[in-house]
Amino acid sequence: MTSTTITVNGRAVTADVEPRLSLADFLREHEGLTGTHTACEHGVCGACTIMLDGRPARSCITLAVAAHGTDVRTVEGWDGDGTMATIRDCFRKAHAVQCGYCTPGMLATAYDIVTRLPGADRDRIRLELSGNLCRCTGYIGIVDAIETAIAEIEGGS
Amino acid sequence: MKPAPFDYARAESLDEAVRLLAAADGDARPLAGGQSLGPMLNLRIARPTLLVDLSPVAELREVSEDEDGVTIGASVVHSAIEDGEVPDPTAGLMRRAASGIAYRAVRNRGTVGGSLAHADPAGDWAPVMMALGASLGIRGPEGGRSVEADAFIADPLTTVLEPGEIVEAIRVPRLSSGASWGHCKLCVKPGDFAESLAVVVIDPDRDHCRVALAGPTHAPILLEEVAGTVADANGWSDALAGEIKDAAGRGIAAAGFADTGDRYAINVHSTVTVRAAREALSR
Ligand SMILES: Cc1cc2nc3c(=O)[nH]c(=O)nc-3n(C[C@H](O)[C@H](O)[C@H](O)COP(=O)(O)OP(=O)(O)OC[C@H]3O[C@@H](n4cnc5c(N)ncnc54)[C@H](O)[C@@H]3O)c2cc1C
Ligand code: FES
Ligand code: FES
Repeated sequence: MTSTTITVNGRAVTADVEPRLSLADFLREHEGLTGTHTACEHGVCGACTIMLDGRPARSCITLAVAAHGTDVRTVEGWDGDGTMATIRDCFRKAHAVQCGYCTPGMLATAYDIVTRLPGADRDRIRLELSGNLCRCTGYIGIVDAIETAIAEIEGGS
Repeated sequence: MKPAPFDYARAESLDEAVRLLAAADGDARPLAGGQSLGPMLNLRIARPTLLVDLSPVAELREVSEDEDGVTIGASVVHSAIEDGEVPDPTAGLMRRAASGIAYRAVRNRGTVGGSLAHADPAGDWAPVMMALGASLGIRGPEGGRSVEADAFIADPLTTVLEPGEIVEAIRVPRLSSGASWGHCKLCVKPGDFAESLAVVVIDPDRDHCRVALAGPTHAPILLEEVAGTVADANGWSDALAGEIKDAAGRGIAAAGFADTGDRYAINVHSTVTVRAAREALSR
């Protein structure tokens, strides 16, 4: 067992874990934060994407012990964040969610696109979404939602 | 929880990492971003006995710049290069290459040193560093040594690193103002590993012209005849396309880079080489 201390959604958590435990399983099984989903568990599909020190990262191929000292934000942890509230609202209006399996990862990636690339056009949004697979929506609603979120945040509404 | 059990240690310094690896018996390995090792652990392709985490080692994140080039710590992540946080002595080539690796979430953790050490034959950094004439600084129990990028990868997933050796930094020479480059990565979807990847660097003032080629089945190679043709060319002309394509085909055959019967692969590799050369000669 190895000790790891991670700030999860603003709260410092210390735990003794097996080194082979992924951050995704730590969040789901240790912290009960089952909003972080896993699918491929080798970095390809994006379902497990969370924010680590403010940047999107794959929690399935990050060890919980290697996340020691980092600041992690999961889909459960965005209360009071206006940008995420706008993105969520745009996802809802654009029907960017069907089964919801990809959604937590999509929201993390969307947040990164909206804040890092406020000038992104549809092609750029699609390129940036290439690491997040959705088996339901056909992506059009998701691209629409992010495009609208950028416009709304840019317009200050 | 998918991987087989292993032990884990955090190294606070490069010396400590070297010591921990040397003291271990069995298959002890460094852990950098985990973006290649993580999948291999989850698939149980890799079953190390001990992982020595390099992420706390500040020395490995250092970057220094002088007149002749930039030294990039092995633990610098792809996205830092993509964003231009690291001085780029290559007039944009490194930024282009970084931005084409995997996805942003992977680039935020994956490191240059880890990518080179992992030696995926279709990895993006090796051909870039080979074409630039970069070298790798290596630290081990016996001390330090330096290896040219084109001598570093021996075979797919196999480097010249001895057990216990750590890539410390990558030394990237500065291109002269008259230099130019071309970079062509062909992959099925953005973020995939390359089906074929060619990098051309022309720097006449330093008498340097190199063409590197990478693909999924063979360690990356330098195409010397193509480099000669490119060095002698005076800008791009469409007549060069056939000449470069043929020369690339000869280089690919000589190196055994693709099966002689695999006309599709040979065509893809030589076409990607032509596109990289065209970009370099059209600047
Ligand atoms: C979905 C996905 C897509 C990807 N697509 C691409 C792509 O298109 N192109 C591409 O180039 N890469 C791609 N990658 C791989 C990515 O670039 C990795 O970041 C990189 O290959 C490994 O770097 P790392 O820091 O994560 O190393 P790790 O995964 O931590 O380590 C990889 C190997 O290198 C060894 N190692 C690590 N650091 C050192 C060191 N300093 N000295 C000695 N040995 C060391 C480890 O022991 C291990 O064997 C992809 C990865 C994923 C998950
Ligand atoms: S579950 Fe992590 S990327 Fe697919
Ligand atoms: S909504 Fe079902 S996978 Fe995207």
